[in-house]
Amino acid sequence: MMQEWKDFNGGIWTECIDVEDFILKNYHEYKGDDSFLEGISGKTKKVWNKMLGLLKEELEKGVLDIETNIVSGIDNFKPGYIDKENEIIVGLQTDAPLKRIVNLYGGIRMAHTSLEAYGYKLDDTVDYYFKEFRKSHNDGVFDAYTPEIRRARSAGLLTGLPDAYGRGRIIGDYRRIPLYGIDYLIEEKKKDFNNIMEITLEATIRLREEVNEQIRALEEMKSMASKYGFDISKPASNAKEAVQWLYFGYLAAIKENNGAAMSLGRTSTFLDIYIERDLKKGIITEKDAQEMIDQFIIKLRIARHLRTPEYNELFAGDPTWVTESLAGMALDGRSLVTKNSFRYLHTLINLGTSPEPNLTVLWSNNLPENFKKYCSKISILTDAIQYENDDIMRPLYGDDYAIACCVSAMKVGKQMQFFGARCNLAKSLLYAINGGVDEKSMKLVVENIPKIADEVLDYDKTKEAYYHVLEKVAKTYVEAMNIIHYMHDKYAYEKGQMALHDTNVEHLMAFGVAGLSVAVDSLSAIKYAQVKPIRNEEGIAIDFEIEGDYPKYGNDDDKVDCIAVELVEKFIQELKKHALYKHAKHTLSVLTITSNVVYGKKTGATPDGRKAGVAFAPGANPMHGRDSNGALASLNSVAKIPYKDCCQDGISNTFSIIPNALGHNEEERIDNLISIIDGYFKEGAHHLNVNVLNREMLIDAMENPGKYPTLTIRVSGYAVNFNRLSKEQQKEVIARTFHEVM
Amino acid sequence: MKGYINSIETMGLVDGPGIRFVVFMQGCKLRCLFCHNPETWKIKSTLEMTSEELVKKITRYKNYFGKEGGVTFSGGEPLLQPEFLIETLKLCKKVNIHTCLDTAGVGKGNYEEILKYTDLVMMDIKALEPDSYFKMTGNKIEESLYFLDICQKMNKKMWIRQVIIPGINDNEEYILKLKDFISKLKNIEKVEFLPYETMGIPKYKELNIPYKLENVAAMDTKRCQELYSLFEK
Repeated sequence: MMQEWKDFNGGIWTECIDVEDFILKNYHEYKGDDSFLEGISGKTKKVWNKMLGLLKEELEKGVLDIETNIVSGIDNFKPGYIDKENEIIVGLQTDAPLKRIVNLYGGIRMAHTSLEAYGYKLDDTVDYYFKEFRKSHNDGVFDAYTPEIRRARSAGLLTGLPDAYGRGRIIGDYRRIPLYGIDYLIEEKKKDFNNIMEITLEATIRLREEVNEQIRALEEMKSMASKYGFDISKPASNAKEAVQWLYFGYLAAIKENNGAAMSLGRTSTFLDIYIERDLKKGIITEKDAQEMIDQFIIKLRIARHLRTPEYNELFAGDPTWVTESLAGMALDGRSLVTKNSFRYLHTLINLGTSPEPNLTVLWSNNLPENFKKYCSKISILTDAIQYENDDIMRPLYGDDYAIACCVSAMKVGKQMQFFGARCNLAKSLLYAINGGVDEKSMKLVVENIPKIADEVLDYDKTKEAYYHVLEKVAKTYVEAMNIIHYMHDKYAYEKGQMALHDTNVEHLMAFGVAGLSVAVDSLSAIKYAQVKPIRNEEGIAIDFEIEGDYPKYGNDDDKVDCIAVELVEKFIQELKKHALYKHAKHTLSVLTITSNVVYGKKTGATPDGRKAGVAFAPGANPMHGRDSNGALASLNSVAKIPYKDCCQDGISNTFSIIPNALGHNEEERIDNLISIIDGYFKEGAHHLNVNVLNREMLIDAMENPGKYPTLTIRVSGYAVNFNRLSKEQQKEVIARTFHEVM
Repeated sequence: MKGYINSIETMGLVDGPGIRFVVFMQGCKLRCLFCHNPETWKIKSTLEMTSEELVKKITRYKNYFGKEGGVTFSGGEPLLQPEFLIETLKLCKKVNIHTCLDTAGVGKGNYEEILKYTDLVMMDIKALEPDSYFKMTGNKIEESLYFLDICQKMNKKMWIRQVIIPGINDNEEYILKLKDFISKLKNIEKVEFLPYETMGIPKYKELNIPYKLENVAAMDTKRCQELYSLFEK
């Protein structure tokens, strides 16, 4: 036993790296209410006030500052502070708050565009040497892309592929640093290196190289922390050190990488064990505990990456997806709720509401009632929480998984994901009708698809052609993903994050779809109504005439909902026909983030009556205004989309309701929201974003942003500061279905 | 048998305890000045459903009902389709769903049988005097008092609802009278004041029905709250 582990219960975790075992042997479930929570401390207030000023300045300028002389890396930057004497938890990405890092490994062109967009220029010497001696991930990818992939990409059939920036969605097990200290982790990696078995020739060589890269990263972390005056070679000996050590691990990740989603994992209950030990010893008070967490959360709120304006169009509001997964159940039947689960949520009160970190409650029907009430209360107050169904994830991922990005579950430290954006299901349907020709550019995108020339579309014929298109799209999509992740490993390997994983990590490859509700309603219209394409001179359908009514997705009507189920099952089945890089497992998500606006813009009119350019519904949401049986019917439709073995990378649904419709008073609203979430998840659904707000307020906020500086809303899979959305995205959010009283 | 249904709201959160599946039934004999659902007045609608079909739909939402929720039959006036209502209520009770009637108490009789399968009655009080009741609804007050009397005799749990309309009943005198009236009733679990709203007006234009409260503004919710405090005193 290491001396830092005094007073902890022993277990397997003392003999090998096993954080889950440590948690289960040592945590204290908390079933009480929120009355123990403490307000913001004087020190935290000072640090946060200073940050608020800088954040305001940043919002006005777009970015506050960019480091142009040094590029990304774990130990490349001098230490930085916000307000040194009042900071309880320290560490910034660069030497100053909100100063962004340039990452050239993902793609040098993308880096230059981002710099230029904000009026910056990379140091000439750095630029010269990098171009002269390094190849980037982006260069590698384009050397291997096929003509099919290039066509699919430029038509907007496949969009948001991580081929020019960091792929992200990797969660390092940052808890390993406080629990074991860096030296022990290095020792274990060295042992692993000597035990690498012969896989295939290439795979073995690659893994050996990777492990040594990881060891180097661990050394760099130690050096980086030492510049802040901390020795993280040994385990943390108290709660404050535990928070600090853990944060250094995360900080290393965001210094080295600019992945789309840089998620935190599942840290609150782990840290609670250290806090409880110190509280018991009388070393700290509840006020101290909340102060540590508040200050840790401040650091997570100010993580930044340098993006291009086009990127912001896809993923608006400068999101970083510092997703933290809270609560959930242990496999032994206890809930994993601790006082620290409350403290994390309480930061939304102490520091005000905020989109980051992306607080995600792993909801189970069996969570303690008091915790459910607190979540519901905070949701109603802040619109900053998302809920995911632990009861369907736990059987697949155990009790120590976390969510990366929005809805992607993975076992912490044992699985990693190859992120893969999404493919446009609605456009694919148009290709089936138009012989693979893009309805916007009139260019051929998918080859060898016969054009449908019928006056009225026949369901069976259209569906057959559609499925044929999907088979081809799936093949192209898999090829693109294999190339991307091969090259990412080669040119932009996340050595720091991977050092905090088991050496023999499992890989998941996450595919995605957008426009599900548009595709499904279109098929339903073709099946149950009369749909006549209106064709241009080249015979390409540019609009549709619909006679008669048809069942619409979002009304709990099996006639159409089963089309949705069949469609996602078909697509995953097609994806699974193709082998994946590093023997990854295929997964699929129905998630758009804010890209539903861009996807809609790039897609012509569809057979469901949607006009060209109109935004898709986000994620798995039904199209706006098409539900006529109220909100629960809409939820039930989405709940039918299968999670296990099909959309196992998540099914996102965003639910907005006006306060008066949720109940007459606060107590009623809290209870009703719990019943909605409980019911939805009992139906087997996966994810729910909850917004409780008035449309009028959003309209007012659009016109008077200054009045609502912190207004946070949840969109597909993340939360965003409303003021950071583009006008177009704001309008789309306002146009969405808000459930009101009848 | 089939019933005439105007529409369904799967997520009613202000129509009884907890989460309610609300069935807006077609048909009403009253012509309340403030009615915001004039489309439910005529007796027949295009949407017809059997009790079995309806209960099958309701049962789909059992997972959301929690400890308190269930189904609320509203309208229109649910009491106008007694046979259909009884059959549907019976089926609901068979599968353990909490049942609630949102009614003005003006139907076609058979009330004892209906109430046997009803867990909660939410009764809308339109006015307290025969004259004002007639002015407000176009119907005699006696019919609704008769229904109320049966509820009382059968010891039914009740909620009383009162719409508060500016210039008509938003005065202290009326509130005190109402208080006196309710104090003589038993099993009243809750009294709700609903501030009059104008959002139903466009429906009248659509249906080409003259709207009689054209010049009355929506009830100020704060004032409504004050009146409620007076009532509670």
